[in-house]
Amino acid sequence: MKTPLYEAHKKAGARMVDFAGWEMPVQYIGISQEHRHVRQKVGLFDVSHMGEIEIRGPQALEAVNYLTTNNVPSLKDGEAQYSVLLNEQGKTIDDLIIYRRAHDNFFLCVNASNKPKDLAWIQDKTEKKFGNQAIVEDVSSRYGLLAIQGPLALSVVEKLSSVQLSAMKPFSFLEISLKGDSPKGIPVLLSRTGYTGEDGFEIFVPWEKTALLWETLMEAGRSEGIAPIGLGARDTLRVEMKYSLYGHEIDETTNPLEASLGWIVKLDKGNFIGKDELIKIREKGVLRKLVSFLMKDSGIPRQGYSLFKDSTQIGVVTSGTLSPSLEKAIGIGYVTPSLSKVGTEIEVDIRGQKKKAEIVIAPFYRRRENHDIS
Amino acid sequence: MTFPDDLKYSKEHEWVKVEGNVATIGITDYAQEQLGEIVFVELPSEGEEFAKEDVFGVVESVKSVSDVYAPISGRVIEANDPLTDGPEILNEDSYGEGWIIRMEISDAKELKELMSAKEYEAYIKEESE
Repeated sequence: MKTPLYEAHKKAGARMVDFAGWEMPVQYIGISQEHRHVRQKVGLFDVSHMGEIEIRGPQALEAVNYLTTNNVPSLKDGEAQYSVLLNEQGKTIDDLIIYRRAHDNFFLCVNASNKPKDLAWIQDKTEKKFGNQAIVEDVSSRYGLLAIQGPLALSVVEKLSSVQLSAMKPFSFLEISLKGDSPKGIPVLLSRTGYTGEDGFEIFVPWEKTALLWETLMEAGRSEGIAPIGLGARDTLRVEMKYSLYGHEIDETTNPLEASLGWIVKLDKGNFIGKDELIKIREKGVLRKLVSFLMKDSGIPRQGYSLFKDSTQIGVVTSGTLSPSLEKAIGIGYVTPSLSKVGTEIEVDIRGQKKKAEIVIAPFYRRRENHDIS
Repeated sequence: MTFPDDLKYSKEHEWVKVEGNVATIGITDYAQEQLGEIVFVELPSEGEEFAKEDVFGVVESVKSVSDVYAPISGRVIEANDPLTDGPEILNEDSYGEGWIIRMEISDAKELKELMSAKEYEAYIKEESE
């Protein structure tokens, strides 16, 4: 499958790869350079492959609250939250962002690779419990999605908006029109969210307007030095923040409590799928914990490599890369809870050699805040 | 992309330069371009022996790990240590400063199985189609 920007990516010199059946740009000029560009200036990502699902109806709120772990009733109109879908065993079907448009209208953004599975699950569970009081619809083919991320993202998007955006809180969203080629503009769902650790927006746009919005943002951001960014840098940016990626840190073998996602599990919010199992896990304690580690010896940790302490295997690497910000090799992985403390020295088995690493506080990278104290 | 005429090429995208019984070995311009930014290189030690098609080193980009295969059999007489601190040399000058090892050739007959520049160019054209 191709997003509306396939030709634009090829023209911009992107190397295209298959990602969950989509032809997506992995890089344009180089992953590290693109990564640093987002940290220092502003970058534009095409993530139109992501899936979108709407849940509408008088019991939409109850349905979303039942399907996911975070506190949906606490959301106001125009607010979004990060959450996970669990199965009855408390294992992770997917992670997602939930947007509340109104009490009877929710918009979910899910991983491209999981969309068919999520949709079948959500439809089945919703129909059984809520009947026609909550209607589930796959709207993925109607929406493109662009992410504009970096310290200069706000100043670029503000040029296209007639409302002030600086006051928008993280995880809030607006449904507005951005200035485009016609007087009506480009209708978007503009959300102050992202997957990079930088300020910025994720912008849902009608599929057929995706290319127009891309061009409009590239043009508006010219003086800020906006550049297109591939999925390669999207991955290294999220690893530096220790953000989970489905298929790496989380999947149908992991529960959110061991994956450092306890903050989005609200056991006192009413019943939800997976809750009983999570209560048991909380009582017994988790069997492993997700940690971040910095390599002390040379070598780059990669998914699937084993983690050791004193020649005993204590866990496994879920993600690893050379951090373009730190210029050091970093990793994320699961370890035995008793060995998960910051400062613990561990070893990574890299092609049969034990290489030293140290567990560190996440994230690996913190953005500089604007309030200068000097 | 360039493919110097004085080199021989393997299907695994290594090049070989023969001087007497010594072969200098590296990865091709095509290989470095496919890998993207190279950020880590693991070199063999002097004296290690490899048979043709053995893995003698590892090259890592930001995203991926790739083995480097011995295009011929031999014993390592020198590894290009500067690559350890400057893996980007492989991207910048893959046929020059980016050489990986020098080997003492143990079976000169194996050289005949390698491709010429022309053959290699045709081979990658076919492979990328």
